[in-house]
Amino acid sequence: MSIQRRTILKGALASSAVGVAVGAGLLAPQQVLAAWSKEAFEAKAVGDALKALGLAGAAASADVTVKAPDIAENGAVVPVTVESTMKDVQSISIVAEKNALPLIASFDLGAGALPYVSTRIKMGSTMNVQALVKAGGKVYEAKKEVKVTIGGCGG
Amino acid sequence: MASGTIKIRAKAVDGVAEVKALISHPMELMSKNKTTGEVVPAHFIQDMVAELNGKPVLTGQWSSGISKNPYLAFKVNAKAGDTLKLSWKDNKGDSDSAEEKVG
Repeated sequence: MSIQRRTILKGALASSAVGVAVGAGLLAPQQVLAAWSKEAFEAKAVGDALKALGLAGAAASADVTVKAPDIAENGAVVPVTVESTMKDVQSISIVAEKNALPLIASFDLGAGALPYVSTRIKMGSTMNVQALVKAGGKVYEAKKEVKVTIGGCGG
Repeated sequence: MASGTIKIRAKAVDGVAEVKALISHPMELMSKNKTTGEVVPAHFIQDMVAELNGKPVLTGQWSSGISKNPYLAFKVNAKAGDTLKLSWKDNKGDSDSAEEKVG
């Protein structure tokens, strides 16, 4: 108990120091963070989510690669890597088609960033992972099926 | 306000740095306990940004579909000594940021 209490106290002290820094304007992450698209992330249909992000009407492309395991034993942690050989990629988005909330993440690439994003996602069942890449104002997509043994979206 | 939740590693090879980051965060889905009917609200990182020498290179919007303790890797044109900064903000207003030099 006392060890736990000490950890909590320590944590509280450390976070209050950061709080002071934010108050003083030293750290202001919210200034550079983009506005989260509620409409896109709360959409229950893939089409609605993509429309809200301005990614509707994607064309299948061999220049977009989705790397994910063929079989995922644990749907709570499925490694997914999206890569493209295209130039001037503006954004990369990841969609798990049959999840209750299909849109997983959307990344905007700034100057100097290469079209490569790797992360780990949750998948409720066997489904396609869809990657959308926006380049030169057009939207391209690629899909990869992942067989999920134990779903990772609990209930 | 969280702190110490971010681990970043970046190594530049031939002008390209592969950045790997791990964030400690529960990334909780909204769920309902089947027996008690109690609803646990979602708690997840919504926004993240990676900056290289103060300029944003990767801005992400996330859902609760990103796994617990998120892992993120990306590539950026950078050289040793450049400064990488990663920040996140979750749906409860909590946030953190960390800086690391490219090795």
